Amino acid sequence: MQSSISPLQRMAGRTKQPLNRMHGTCEGVPVTKKLIFIVFLLLAAWLSWTLWSTPPASSTTRKLVLTGSSTVAPLAAEIGRRFETLHPDVRVDVQTGGSSRGVNDARAGLADIGMASRALKTSEEDLYSFTIALDGISIIVNRSNPAAALSRQQIIEIYTGAITNWREVGGRDAPITVVNKAEGHSTLELFLHHFGLQNRAVKPQVIIGDNQQGIKTVAGNPNAIGYVSIGSAEYEAGHGTPIKLLPLEGVQASVENVRNGSFPLARPLNLVTQSEPAGIVRDFIEFARSEQVRELVEAQYFVPLAR
Amino acid sequence: MNWSKLNTLFPSRADQPLLWLLRLCALTAATVVLLILTFLVIESRPALRDVGIARFFGDRSWHPTEGEYNFMPMLSGTVYCSLGALLLAVPSGIAAALFSRWYAPASVAGLFRRLIELLAGIPSVVYGLWGLTTLAPLIGRLHAPGTSLLAGILILALMILPTIALTADAALAAVPQAYLRGAAALGLSRWGMISGVALPATRSGIATGILLAAARAMGETMAVLMVCGNVVQYPDSLFDPVRTLTANIALEMAYAMGDHRAALFVSGLALMLLMLAMVGAAGLLSRGRRYA
Repeated sequence: MQSSISPLQRMAGRTKQPLNRMHGTCEGVPVTKKLIFIVFLLLAAWLSWTLWSTPPASSTTRKLVLTGSSTVAPLAAEIGRRFETLHPDVRVDVQTGGSSRGVNDARAGLADIGMASRALKTSEEDLYSFTIALDGISIIVNRSNPAAALSRQQIIEIYTGAITNWREVGGRDAPITVVNKAEGHSTLELFLHHFGLQNRAVKPQVIIGDNQQGIKTVAGNPNAIGYVSIGSAEYEAGHGTPIKLLPLEGVQASVENVRNGSFPLARPLNLVTQSEPAGIVRDFIEFARSEQVRELVEAQYFVPLAR
Repeated sequence: MNWSKLNTLFPSRADQPLLWLLRLCALTAATVVLLILTFLVIESRPALRDVGIARFFGDRSWHPTEGEYNFMPMLSGTVYCSLGALLLAVPSGIAAALFSRWYAPASVAGLFRRLIELLAGIPSVVYGLWGLTTLAPLIGRLHAPGTSLLAGILILALMILPTIALTADAALAAVPQAYLRGAAALGLSRWGMISGVALPATRSGIATGILLAAARAMGETMAVLMVCGNVVQYPDSLFDPVRTLTANIALEMAYAMGDHRAALFVSGLALMLLMLAMVGAAGLLSRGRRYA
């Protein structure tokens, strides 16, 4: 009993005071206190350790600022992290804000590199753009769905609620479950843009966040139709998930067809600069287009460039 | 307590460092909550200023990229999901507590309690995944599309059941033996003892548990995001998809900018205020008679 308390007392500098041994039934309290004390000490030690061990920012650090598309940003951040390990004196700072902000920031010099998930418009052709990957969208249905292909018009009518039964497009007699993406997702924008739709005209039964949720929803519902990144759809379909990628305008939906440019529902992911890149900016762009980041591109379900 | 004779009025000097550490920790916890509130207010101010509070209730729908900000359908989704889950989980949770305390044999009761604790420890994303791959297709066979208000209610009920069962169980365990012996001495049946003595004596404890569970149901994000279908609408039936406020934030925050982003913070602020009101209510209730 006494031994279980004395370490705490010694810590607190109270060893000279005798313990009152008469009340001897509550060992739990001092032990708990001791435990709490030790936990706090460890916490304090850990805190001070982390604070101490963080190296102070070196004055020679070069900062590389990227702003723009939220589609490109996660990939750019991953590439940046790897770039930093190769160039310890460089800090890569990635900020999102949409493709247009990326282009504008690059032009105004607010960012070293802008990120845009689209090709440059004609009014922007004074800038330099470098494609680091491609992004494609595939329409997916459940594998058990007999519908083999849908025309552009049929997809538009399904998504606006004009067609509500698979029978009308060559499937079985069952209501269609339309799966749409949540507002703000770049996949949604590309999809709406390609089919000339307004989001408020779309009549969905399910709204999803990420690609995985879309794939699981379609895999679990034989009458669902959805759209997700081609990379993730092809991967899942090839690994036994019961989904089917529908061809679009006669072109098979595949990573290969996105890469060779024949698949219509696709876009480039670009890095944009104001002037001919030089120095560290050129190093970064070359690195982002190199074979060294290929698995980073694939991990985000984008399509790497053709070699 | 061992040292109580020496320090009934003042903490002993040995306690001083601990006391200050504890004060520091309490202060940190309180500050964090206040900081979060402040942060929410600051982040939602652009929307409150540019859009105005009225439009969050009066716009036609929720299309933030097209300038429509009505989040009432999602508030109703949150309320429907939580109320439905409570309707299912409260009776079954209390029943589970009564069973393990007074009806099950000791060995079964212990095992049962462990199982309920295990249920409480399952991460919500696992519930969500199970709901998306198993529960939603099952409901979909009854009525398409399956991801629906009903799926959300069932998943949430499963998630908050352990909270209710465990708090009710703890409250029942704290009923003084004298009460129960008194009931036995009066010759009450077991159910008479439970309904006439034990449950009234634990009323505030159980109510606190229910409020905690309600708070968890309203704050739950991942699981409802996966099973509710997330269509912004007022549901006409249990089989209609709904979107909750938390799911809305999770779905759109990563890509939101400008007023859209600020509007999401407004909905977060609304949720936080709702939560504060509920926690406040729980505090008031538990201030009543208690036998712990």
